[in-house]
Amino acid sequence: MTAESVKNGKAVVVHNLERRFDGFVAVNRISFEVSAGEVFGFLGPNGAGKSTTIRMLCGILAPSGGQGTVAGLDIWTQAERIKYHIGYMSQKFSLYADLTVEENINFYSGIYRIEPSRKQERKEWVIEMAGLKEHRHSLTGTLSGGWKQRLALGCAILHEPPILFLDEPTSGVDPISRRRFWNLIYELSGKGVTVFVTTHYMDEAEYCDRIGLIYRGELIACSTPETLKKEYMPETVLDMQCDRPQEAMDLIEKLPAVREVALFGKGLHIVTEHSDEATAAIRSRLGAEGYHIEHIDVIVPSLEDVFVSLIETHDRMEKPLEEVKR
Amino acid sequence: MKFRRFRAIARKEFIHIFRDPLSLGMAVAIPMLLLVLFGYALTLDVDNVGMIVWDQDETPTSRNFISRFGGSRYFNIRGYAQNYRDVVRALDTRNAMSALVIPRGFEGQIGAEQPASVQLFFDGTDANTATLALGYAEAVASEFSIEVLTRQLKMVDGRHMVLPLDVRPRVWFNAELESKNFIVPGLIAIIMMIISALLTSLTIAREWERGTMEQLISTPVKSSELILGKLLPYFAVGMFDVLLAVLMGEFLFNVPLRGSVVLLFIMAGIFIPGVLALGMLVSILTKSQLMASQMAMVLTFVPAMLLSGFVFPISNMPKVIQFVTYLIPARYYVAIQKGIYLKGIGLRYLAGDAILLVAFGMVIIFLAIIKFKKTLN
Repeated sequence: MTAESVKNGKAVVVHNLERRFDGFVAVNRISFEVSAGEVFGFLGPNGAGKSTTIRMLCGILAPSGGQGTVAGLDIWTQAERIKYHIGYMSQKFSLYADLTVEENINFYSGIYRIEPSRKQERKEWVIEMAGLKEHRHSLTGTLSGGWKQRLALGCAILHEPPILFLDEPTSGVDPISRRRFWNLIYELSGKGVTVFVTTHYMDEAEYCDRIGLIYRGELIACSTPETLKKEYMPETVLDMQCDRPQEAMDLIEKLPAVREVALFGKGLHIVTEHSDEATAAIRSRLGAEGYHIEHIDVIVPSLEDVFVSLIETHDRMEKPLEEVKR
Repeated sequence: MKFRRFRAIARKEFIHIFRDPLSLGMAVAIPMLLLVLFGYALTLDVDNVGMIVWDQDETPTSRNFISRFGGSRYFNIRGYAQNYRDVVRALDTRNAMSALVIPRGFEGQIGAEQPASVQLFFDGTDANTATLALGYAEAVASEFSIEVLTRQLKMVDGRHMVLPLDVRPRVWFNAELESKNFIVPGLIAIIMMIISALLTSLTIAREWERGTMEQLISTPVKSSELILGKLLPYFAVGMFDVLLAVLMGEFLFNVPLRGSVVLLFIMAGIFIPGVLALGMLVSILTKSQLMASQMAMVLTFVPAMLLSGFVFPISNMPKVIQFVTYLIPARYYVAIQKGIYLKGIGLRYLAGDAILLVAFGMVIIFLAIIKFKKTLN
């Protein structure tokens, strides 16, 4: 199993992958690679094409075009063989609510044909991992979100797949359960499992080894979080603390050197292409109006800043095109 | 096809059935309810046909003739009319389904050895009953005529008249001609057809609707393992239903079972899988529980009731319709049920029908397996 998946060290390779639904392009010719053992985050807003991509990779949705391999197997012709090598957790909770925790595990352990000698051990491992010792005979439908989600993960990795696909695994789960879930992902990654995870939480994206930003079906950036922050952000972000930030925002917005201003906590985040020029302009403008500026500093942008900036750049480039189309 | 995966599916499906009181109740209560409803309501026996009489003659002979009707179990004298208006009203209000009018001079004509005429009316809105009642009435009348004739002959030359023809009819397989004896065995077949398809019509669609299918299709499970694994528990439920129905036939309806009980269950065992697979096929194609259950009902109920030969003899149907009945599995199963129950015949005579049932089952199961796709959309 593992031999195939680490071939060329690539767990997932996708080239010009495309999926259309009745004229609507859900995934628009995306290309990327995921190395074996990586935690790869697929980041994007709802409806960006994350689930569609993950479903095509899992062999449960036929692509409309492009090529791709998962564990070295072709997604067009070997979809059924791919299913032996992956674990998949769909966005919606998809275990049987009217079965108990144990029954669900037994079911998937039968489906994955776990060796009888290992069955008990794997079951105990999942129950332990999910923290469901006291609930092993509870109906799954009665469990809370965090438990359900850890049980779903457990059932998806009963057969110890080398590649794991998680589709928004932490949506609707409390912060502590989310953190606990990510610890499990790290643990699996430490064992050499490739984890492909979609999310729309920016903080979760920071946990990933590499991330792909997907927006309106297009992959607009794909790199490590650090590289994204450094290279994909042509502008600088200034963090400013001053009194009456809301009113100050209106003034700053009008300055020519400033691209964008946004409230951020008690202060403001200002995006600019020329930080020195902008800093000087802000100081003189606000000074003249009698504002008290605590500080203006150049900061490392958060992934959110990067993502928003990339989306805006993308939209700016799309717009003229759309006008031409009309 | 791996046994372990098949077993996992079957086991899970058993749990679903036993944990859902609604589906379990449906599986057991609906067949019993249908059997009781149809078993009692659907009687084709014609007796106690209401009759109104206008006796204009009012003589011992006319009263004797009337008592022949009142005394038979087929007629029930509801009242006496004094004029035609009463007769018409009784037929209009359905107080009576038949009317007998004896004209004045009835006794006199018979005494004078002249043919006497009587008038009989029947309510033809129920053609079947009217036809049967007409037959009974003619039998009563001809019996009366013969009796009068023999008496008159005896009086004339003192000799006993012998009828040239002595017909001794005997009805085989259902000597009492009781309709429940052929309705109940056929009904069991019809009910099993409907309930089997209905049960499985929900299973696949439910998994799609609840989202559990998306998880399942991401695993190496095979279509055949899924379909057969889901069939097995419902097969058990279906056979249990047959057992219930047979017990009800025996103890509630007192229908004689002349043939082999073992053969009866073996035949149920080859009929049910195909129909279960039919329900599953509908479920696979519609992916919606509501649509699937409605379609399963229409696909089984109508053809099973009308085209199986259960009530309406296939030989009386137009040729085109007769051809269509060959495609209805209930046709073979109804024949098998009636054969075992009423005729007590064995596999030697039923093998043809049985082979066709097996073929039907295999085709439908095969279709269900190839039509189930492990992909979304």
